[in-house]
Parts: sequence; C-alpha cells; structure tokens
Amino acid sequence: MPENKKIGLHTLYQTDKTKAEKILLGASANRRGFLKSGAIAALGTLLGAPVVFGKNYPSGLIPAAWADSDLPFSLPGKNGGLVILNDRPINAETPPHLLDDKITPADLLFVRNNGIPPEAGSIDPQTWTLTVEGESAARSKTYTLADLKSKFKNYTYQLTLECGGNGRKEFNPPAKGNQWTTGAVGCPTWTGVRLKDVLNDVGVKNDAVYIGYYGKDTHLSGDTAKTVISRGVPMVKAMQDESLLAWQMNGADIPLLNGHPLRLVFGGWPASCSGKWLHKIVIRNRVHDGSKMTGQSYRVPCTPVAPGTKVPDEEMCIIETMPVKSLITFPKTGATIKRSQKLPIRGHAWAGDTSIKAVDYSIDFGATWQKCNLEAAANLNAWQHFSAQITFPQSGYYEVWARATDAAGTAQPMLLPGWNPRGYLNNACHRIAVKVQ
Amino acid sequence: MEEKNTEKYFAANQSYLFGFLVNLTLLVCIALLLYGVFGESMRGIFAQPQPVPEVVQKQNRKQRAVAAVDDFDRVENGIHVPTGLVFAEGFDVVRGTCTACHSAKLVTQNRATRAGWKGMIRWMQKTQGLWNLGKNEPIILDYLAKHYAPTEAVRRPGLDVAAIEWYVLDLAEEAVVQKQK
Repeated sequence: MPENKKIGLHTLYQTDKTKAEKILLGASANRRGFLKSGAIAALGTLLGAPVVFGKNYPSGLIPAAWADSDLPFSLPGKNGGLVILNDRPINAETPPHLLDDKITPADLLFVRNNGIPPEAGSIDPQTWTLTVEGESAARSKTYTLADLKSKFKNYTYQLTLECGGNGRKEFNPPAKGNQWTTGAVGCPTWTGVRLKDVLNDVGVKNDAVYIGYYGKDTHLSGDTAKTVISRGVPMVKAMQDESLLAWQMNGADIPLLNGHPLRLVFGGWPASCSGKWLHKIVIRNRVHDGSKMTGQSYRVPCTPVAPGTKVPDEEMCIIETMPVKSLITFPKTGATIKRSQKLPIRGHAWAGDTSIKAVDYSIDFGATWQKCNLEAAANLNAWQHFSAQITFPQSGYYEVWARATDAAGTAQPMLLPGWNPRGYLNNACHRIAVKVQ
Repeated sequence: MEEKNTEKYFAANQSYLFGFLVNLTLLVCIALLLYGVFGESMRGIFAQPQPVPEVVQKQNRKQRAVAAVDDFDRVENGIHVPTGLVFAEGFDVVRGTCTACHSAKLVTQNRATRAGWKGMIRWMQKTQGLWNLGKNEPIILDYLAKHYAPTEAVRRPGLDVAAIEWYVLDLAEEAVVQKQK
C-alpha cells in the first residue's frame, strides 16, 4: 500500500495503473490488456454485483462505481469550464457565456458520447479506413483517410451541431437521460470532403432511401457485439453540399472526444446523426434501423400529446431538422450595471436547414420586443450572430430574453414547446438575469 | 363597568400566560436533560440507514479494506460523497447495481415516479444488457422513487435567482476587448 493516503483514484490510475489494479483488485492485466479473471471476480465483489462481460473489461479503466467521484475531473482536449453531466459515458456541456466566439473553439464544443470512445493510442490515421456498402450501394468500396483527402475536393464549412436533447432539463414531467441545460450546441468550422462526392464514387442505386453509420466506439457493457449507436439521415440530407466527411475542426485534428480521426457532420440536424470515429457507411433501401434509430430514441410523438403521455413506439417519428433557437452569450447571467450605462448583448441564432430572419429581445418578460442587429450566416447550417444595446428605464431586476424567428416565420416559444417522452427539441427562449443600480 | 371587565379579562389572561410559560420552561428542561443522557443513541436511530443484508455488509468490509486509497464511504449531509447518491436504505444495492455500468450521475440528475424508474430498468434490460434484478428490484425502486421523485410540475420554471452569482460588469474593459477583436 502506498504511504500517500491522500492520492485520488484518478491520480492513482494515471500514475500507475498496474499498481492501482494490484491494490484494488489484487491482480492485473493479462497479455491482451484485459483484466485477469481473478481481478474480474474481485471487481465484482467490490461492486456488489457480477461484472457482466468482465472478460472485455479493459485494464487501466477506472471502475465506474469509483470513477464517478465529484473530485475535479478534466476531459482531454476540453476546457475546464465545461460542465460534466456524466463521466461514463462522457457527456459535458458548455455554459452559455463560454460560447461567445463566432466560431466555437475545439475545446469548448460539447461532448455527447453514447459509449466509450476508442483509445487514443489505438487510432492510427495512416491505417484508418472508411468502407461504404449496403443494399443500395452499387458496390462495396474502402478508402483510406489519405484516399479521401487526395481523391476528392476538400471543403470547409461552419456547421452547427446541437444535441437533440439540448434543453431536456426543463421538461416536466421529467424525461430520462442527460439533463442538458443550454450547452449541447456549438458551431466550429469543419474540413473534409462532401459525403455526396464519396457516395457518387461508390455508386448509389435508384432505390436508396437512407444512409447509416458505424463508429469504433464500444458499448458501456463492454460487449463488443453490441453497437453503441448507428444512426443516419435520408438521402436528400446526405447529398447536400454542406454534408461532410470531416477530419478537421477549426483547421486542426478533431478532438478525440468529438470523433477523431473521421466523422460525419450534418449541420442543423440532431448531432447524433453525425457519426463519430467513423469506419463504415451503409446506403440503405429503407429507413436505417440501426441502434437508436428505432423505439423512443431521437423520436418525438408524430402528433402532439399531453405532458406525461405514454406514447407507443409506432406513434413516434424520427426527428429531422432542429428547431429555431438562440442563445445569449454575452453578458454572463448575473451582470450588475449602473443606471447610466447601456448594456451590450451578443449571441447566436440557428434553425435547422433554414436561416434566421430576425432576433428580438425583451426586458419586460415578453410584453414588448425590440430588434437585434443580425449578421448573415457564413454558409447554410451555420449559426448567425446577433447583438443589441439595451437601455433600461429604471433601476431594478431584469431578465433579458432573446427570441429568434426563422425564414418561414416560426419563432421560439417563451414557455416550453410540446412535451415529448424523451425531452427533445426544447427551443424555449434563453433568459439571463441583469441588475441595474 | 365595561372598563372593569376588560381589566379582569387582562388580569386573568396574564395569569394563564404566566402558568403556560412556567410549564413550557419545565418541558424544555426535561427535554434537554433527556437529550443529554440519551441524545447520542437517539441520533443513531434517526440518522442510520436500515440494516443492510449480510452479503452487502461483507462487501462493505471489503470496501473498507481498500478505503485507505480513497474515501469510498464518506457521507456528508446525508449524501454519499464519492457517488453523490442519497445515503439511505437501499443505497448499497443501488450503488452496486447501477454504477456497475454507468455513472451515478445518470441517477442523481434524473427524476421520475416509481413507474418511470421501472420503465428505465426495463429499457436497460431490453437494450443495454442489464441483468434480472430479482429481489433487489423492489429495494432499488423504493430507493429511487423516494429520493429521486419528480418535483412539482410547471410549464416553465422561473430563473433560479438564488443560484445566480451576481457580479459587476466592467463595460469599459469589455469595450476595449471588443475593439481589439
């Protein structure tokens, strides 16, 4: 036993995983890097339950039962300001005031993982391949990353990714899952090739309906036979100019937690459509039926339901574009200013596959609205920036509310939009608190 | 006539009040005395979770054996610190079962009725490889339904004003930062 009793479990694992496992489990890894059977049994005893699929338990991974300590825990390649909602699988969101940049820096883009990402050491961009196949593919074809980079024209677009469950925390009755507030959104630039160029190179049959993806992440249970998540988009979205097979974010490798070395990016659609650690695409002659395409995941009732309604699977429809939404990124909520000062506000607004027509703000709880300045988007599926200068009529407590309206005239609700069983698509207007003295 | 009656009324009232205060003081003294003698053991009755099955107790002993490397069993204000779970009856079973696959944060950030939690268990069994929980299932459901129940339903909660960290916004400095951009 080490003398230093203050050492945390994360530190212990970081500094010497073999020693950590010896101390905790009295055994260590076998030659293939998995825990020896004795250690699996010990782990089971400590956890109070058998470790299902224990033979697949990677050595060096902190058992989740201990890893969920609230001790400071930072994510590789990510800003310490991110709020960690879940550490197995890793899910972290960005507070609104940290999203003030027009182009979201890589370390400030949220993380939404369904399983365990591949280990950094196991990824070799030199040997990484992408295979395209499926019922509606003319043939099966495999590309290396170098093939993709050299064979097809490279494009860079600024694309908004937002988790379908962003805003889930506000729904009531509550919906299960990670309780995202406002921070599961970001808009970096992405560099890669157009998915349509690659699909056309493979050959798309006339009966093609959907594409689906497969990534190299692994299921939480450790069962390698289980697919963590395999979603996709209809052909029309797949063939859009801005739909990318990307290897870069903001001109550098995509962070591991966001899908390095290759991922799909479909701006304006639930981010779960944009598969990470991508190694296979299937062109389907039916709606893709991979993991989390069916049942209740990433689906909402086909017709509106009363809050709390139990909706059968066959009455749930797949979410396609994300709704119109905006975020006030300056100032941070809680600002105190003097009566003589004007308050500058800034933020972004976005709306699925369309553009934003207007952003308005209210300082009287929605009774009256004033126009914000609005900039054009860098390209389709990129968010747009708004700003305004606010004069307050007297001292006191205020809330600044922002409301975006899309090109079709659809605006954000001030209360919650339609309740749905899994708590998706909350686009209620963002609110910050301000005190004028 | 009326005045006199009022005076009498007040006098009577005052003597009742005095008597009441004397009795109250006596009661408080007795309570304090009892607490002084039995307080520690009484506190034990209220604060301790109900006894856990022997199997779990054995596991706890094993966990204590490794506690030297980290503070696995620390409880503060009724919360088990390493997991953030409420430390109450059923805690050991919930920790042992739920955190075998996922973070305890996935439990503590969610709210549901007993039926809602049961639905999540069934979903995990159907799709995520969760085993049959057997006689542990009611223990887990009781725990979750009691400590992680939904709060009052509203269409949209107001801003949590108590949680806002107020600060003075330096607009002069902000103007300089924006100019540099």
